[in-house]
Amino acid sequence: MPMSATTVHEFSGATRDEASLRRFLQGLPGVDAVGVEQRSAGLATRSIKKDSKLWAIDTAIAMVDLTTLEGADTPGKVRSLCAKARNPAPGTPKVAAVCVYPDMVATAVEKLDGTGVNIASVATAFPSGRSSLKVKLTDTELAVEAGATEIDMVIDRGAFLTGRYGQVFDEIRTIKAACGDAHLKVILETGELATYDNVRRASWLALLAGGDFIKTSTGKVSPAATLPVTNVMLQAVHDWHAATGQLRGVKPAGGIRTTKDAIRHLVAVHEVAGPEWLTPALFRFGASSLLNDLLMQRQTQLSGHYSGPDYVTVD
Amino acid sequence: MSDRVTVSKTYKLYLGGAFPRSESGRTYPVADAHGRFLANAAQASRKDLREAVVAARAAFGKWSGATAYNRGQVLYRVAELLEGRREQFAAEVAAGEGVPGKRAQSLVDAAIDRWVWYAGWTDKLATVLGAANPVAGPYFSFSVPEPTGVVGVLAPQGSSLLGLVSVVAPVLAVGATAVVVASRDRPLPAVTLTEVLATSDVPGGVVNLLTGHTAELAPWLAAHADVNALDLTGADADQRVELEKAAAGTVKRVLRVPTSEPEWTDQPDIGRLRALVETKTVWHPMGI
Repeated sequence: MPMSATTVHEFSGATRDEASLRRFLQGLPGVDAVGVEQRSAGLATRSIKKDSKLWAIDTAIAMVDLTTLEGADTPGKVRSLCAKARNPAPGTPKVAAVCVYPDMVATAVEKLDGTGVNIASVATAFPSGRSSLKVKLTDTELAVEAGATEIDMVIDRGAFLTGRYGQVFDEIRTIKAACGDAHLKVILETGELATYDNVRRASWLALLAGGDFIKTSTGKVSPAATLPVTNVMLQAVHDWHAATGQLRGVKPAGGIRTTKDAIRHLVAVHEVAGPEWLTPALFRFGASSLLNDLLMQRQTQLSGHYSGPDYVTVD
Repeated sequence: MSDRVTVSKTYKLYLGGAFPRSESGRTYPVADAHGRFLANAAQASRKDLREAVVAARAAFGKWSGATAYNRGQVLYRVAELLEGRREQFAAEVAAGEGVPGKRAQSLVDAAIDRWVWYAGWTDKLATVLGAANPVAGPYFSFSVPEPTGVVGVLAPQGSSLLGLVSVVAPVLAVGATAVVVASRDRPLPAVTLTEVLATSDVPGGVVNLLTGHTAELAPWLAAHADVNALDLTGADADQRVELEKAAAGTVKRVLRVPTSEPEWTDQPDIGRLRALVETKTVWHPMGI
């Protein structure tokens, strides 16, 4: 396994060869499952009200990767999503990015160029990741050439679960190189990793390989993003920062549909990773229906009465 | 052997087919007509009301989409179950309203009959309120009544079962879903009614019942943007103008009723049914 020498930090030894990588990942301390679930539940009881709630809602809106990953996606749907991304509602910040399949990137670029909204594209045989490296690489290159500024890649869960960490590492490395200037988010698909220990290992693997973000899920597998899993991943980026000084991001995706969930995640970000992670550069929500709920709750906060789905756009 | 300790009942809310306690954890004491303690009922908060509206909205598609015949059958079945609880209802009505047992019994019977009366209307409503319109062109033109959506019901404060049934049954009959705020001082028959509904074929969320202070919950219900109609029957007289203003702000249909409760035993007309439907008119080319 060829490992480049660009990893200059105390973990460079871990990536020297497959055996050291395995030793390092297997040697990570196990996750206390009961502890992490209890902590997540505890943080979820924090009460965020009034001005803080409004701030949290606007912050969450700015962190949304507005996503449409359907077989039925059309250029028209992507265009209307882009319009919503630029201006979700009067007075709100714009969302962080629009997330689409590679063939829709060009359509999104037309609508978003120069607006500051990023264009994220899933790649590497999303969502299963079951294809050759050649196909995955071409998939990525297509998206980057079309103008994607962020690439959401999936890891090969089969390889990871059989213990071929080196293969997964190399794949992330190769895709990262193909991304050029585009940010790379590495989807771990935690719903298929079975244990928190595996989530921690996969997180570190992705961080070692140079992923700018670690992302929980594709949204196609249940369970998707849960609070304890996000916590484990936030711990990983926090520890990574402590050890290397580099800031890496986390993106929970799938299953976050309500403002309440989103605010719970923000509390976890603040408490587990740290306040500097409360920015769209380091924390994102992969979501589609969440944005509408955030807008409804925002209306509720501003108007003083409960809002309804008739008052937001259907998409 | 010691005397048996009776198991007293915990009265809860009815939201989305489940019986949760109030999110706020509050309860309030319910007394009988002579001021003697009867039970502690859940005191719903505005957040319970919000959840109730979400549940009612979620249930609307299926209930409004059911055929009128099917809705009728489901409602008849509720009447069958009400019949099985006559004694319990009669005891609760007698205690809450302070009427003699015989009178309570006849009120319960009237309530069951009222339910059946509205159940019968489900598949007749389209004929009475709809029309095949004569139009000047080669078209069929039909007008059909459709349920308006989620209906907020402030149940009558006085008549705890017959009045309640008289305002809730029409909502169900037209195919709308209901968020009901029960009588503040006499909520027990309403809670028992939800137990009947929970074991009937009425899907969860079609009726959601909140017990608590009507005056506290009513403004949130009136101003909720996802509620389509509001029945003011149980509202305080001095709160009504504010409620109507709030309802107007979110384009709600308001069922205006006299401030004093009607004589519920009188035979109703279809006014309540008519108030809760929207008329949809369809044009169709006649063809050859």
